[in-house]
Amino acid sequence: MSAQEPLLRVEDLRVEFSTEDGIVHAVDGITYEVAPGRTLGIVGESGSGKTVASLTTLGLTRTQGARVSGRILFEGRDLVALSEAKLRAIRGNDIAMVFQDPLSSLHPFFKVGAQLIEALRAHREVSKQQARARAIELLGLVGIPDPRRRVDEYPHEFSGGMRQRAMIAMALANEPKLLIADEPTTALDVTVQAQILALLERLQRELGMAIVIITHDLGVVAEMADDIAVMYAGRIVETASAELIFGGPEHPYTWGLLRSIPTLDGSREADLVPIPGTPPSLIQRPSGCHFHPRCPYAQPSHARIDPQLRPVPDQPSHHVACLLEVDVRRRLWAELHAGRTPEEAIAAVGVTEEPQ
Amino acid sequence: MSDDALVQVRGLVKHFPITRGIVIQRKVGAVQAVDGVSFDVRRGETLGLVGETGCGKSTTARLIMRLLEPTSGEVRFDGQDITSLKGARLKAIRRDMQMIFQDPYSSLNPRKTVGATIGQPFTIHGLNSGKNERKRAVQELMETVGLNPEHYNRYPHEFSGGQRQRIGVARALALKPKLLIADEPVSALDVSIQAQVLNLLRDMQRELGLTLVFIAHDLSVVRHMCDRVAVMYLGRIAEIGPSDALYGLPRHPYTGALLAAVPVADPSARTGERQLLSGDVPSPANPPQACRFHTRCPKAQERCSIDDPVLEDKGTGTRAACHFPLSREEVAGMGVRSAR
Repeated sequence: MSAQEPLLRVEDLRVEFSTEDGIVHAVDGITYEVAPGRTLGIVGESGSGKTVASLTTLGLTRTQGARVSGRILFEGRDLVALSEAKLRAIRGNDIAMVFQDPLSSLHPFFKVGAQLIEALRAHREVSKQQARARAIELLGLVGIPDPRRRVDEYPHEFSGGMRQRAMIAMALANEPKLLIADEPTTALDVTVQAQILALLERLQRELGMAIVIITHDLGVVAEMADDIAVMYAGRIVETASAELIFGGPEHPYTWGLLRSIPTLDGSREADLVPIPGTPPSLIQRPSGCHFHPRCPYAQPSHARIDPQLRPVPDQPSHHVACLLEVDVRRRLWAELHAGRTPEEAIAAVGVTEEPQ
Repeated sequence: MSDDALVQVRGLVKHFPITRGIVIQRKVGAVQAVDGVSFDVRRGETLGLVGETGCGKSTTARLIMRLLEPTSGEVRFDGQDITSLKGARLKAIRRDMQMIFQDPYSSLNPRKTVGATIGQPFTIHGLNSGKNERKRAVQELMETVGLNPEHYNRYPHEFSGGQRQRIGVARALALKPKLLIADEPVSALDVSIQAQVLNLLRDMQRELGLTLVFIAHDLSVVRHMCDRVAVMYLGRIAEIGPSDALYGLPRHPYTGALLAAVPVADPSARTGERQLLSGDVPSPANPPQACRFHTRCPKAQERCSIDDPVLEDKGTGTRAACHFPLSREEVAGMGVRSAR
């Protein structure tokens, strides 16, 4: 990866919530880092913990009674241990966030400009006039036409794409070093999505900020991310550069994700290969490897042994939490990549237990 | 051609009035949700309707189902004009057309068991009235769509999103319809579950010889599922044709722009600068004159704002409503991943 000092380093982060039904292990010991100016994509389905992990980075799960352990080092400072007041000075200033639904993240009663000015004045000692000028400049920067007029409009007067642009403008107000974007384009149409992704890339180039983009859409991470972490049931099951994740994925869950989406240039005749079953409950997690009940290649011992995220032998930057032997994995993926079903791949390769 | 068309849509228009005033309402305008759409759905095919929010694809589906009254135009189903059918005759036609909805959470009654939900179409149409007979029919349906028949007495909340969508499919298949309309059937589901439901729909269609209208905004999913595709923009059809032709060589600049905007799950194929559409879709209450796309079209010329293009054969397999259709070189330059 990068030799640079990481901007953000998350170490063994755990987030738990107590509910009537039991303890929800939303995030279960994840470690990752983001270097300045780089983009990390966190991929996972609903309930994989990807959103909770990033909300926790900003201390936004504190009010929900989350039990947090581990460390979140931002420029060397541990955000988990920081007081709310000190965290507030960082939130929206050095670290900003863009949420999925721009309509519910903007206050409907206040003009877009007023909300931008508030974001600016929360962290900077600037006059209202200066803040207003900066708000207009920011709206222009994110590509909102006629920002002088738009600054005095209400969120409902903006279209979905413009609201998301306004959210990005607000996030950028104080030139953050890190932008966390949680499904920033999921609510948008495909042409607007392409505009927003291009905008984020341009702003990253111009402002040099790091981005953590959280999404379920493999296409979006493939377009945006330098590095990718795949999450399942509160854990990172595979992490590597985008090229390695898409070119030589090592985890059966990643294979499942890649094989279950239709592509614009794939065969139309071949059936998609779905991942059987459904994502597990985070209260009563499966024993051993959390993915074993849905994994076509699981062996009896995988229900007992909990795999750790370990480097792949010849690729130290590529980490995977899988109990299959590495050459078995690679032969399986070669078969799958050639269009075979998991059953055919198992027959061709012969899956055996790793000697313990 | 018209013989093998199950559904014929001709000049279909649906305008929703915009009113002002609470006591005395006066009409101040109209949302032109669907504005002059004509196409056929052939027996046994899957026709895709794609387009962005507000393009009128869902309204078109609801007009075919007669869940909405068209402002003007005609829908023929199985040779019969159903545009003005009422009462018992409409009900009889509805047996042959069923719908699957986007949200498997809000489209099932939470107070009804799965068995009652899937069996409801039988009640409405007075079929399988014996208790055991009905239970058997429902359990057979559950098995067909991959649900455990023993879960007959469970409630929707006991099922996951993908399983709920299967319940919706079973309910839609209960009356052995000729036409099935699926309105964004997988967009509310997790990625790993989407493929399960897509495969189910494809299997059902092959096995039962269903005619399927598949509405989605995800162009990769539509390509995978559909024999033919109609691309809609602001209440009109911009381009229609066989999937291979339309994805391989889109002729309408809007089709090209949509395809170029699809993010590709392959970092090695990351293209530097893609040709992006600027701005948003204009309001359907006040759509642009003549060609609806000319305000955002990179190829637009003066003629496009004066002279309304008609949907016509462009010689490469699709019909497009455009005065200046894309050439093969232009499509290649746009970074359309499916281009041939």
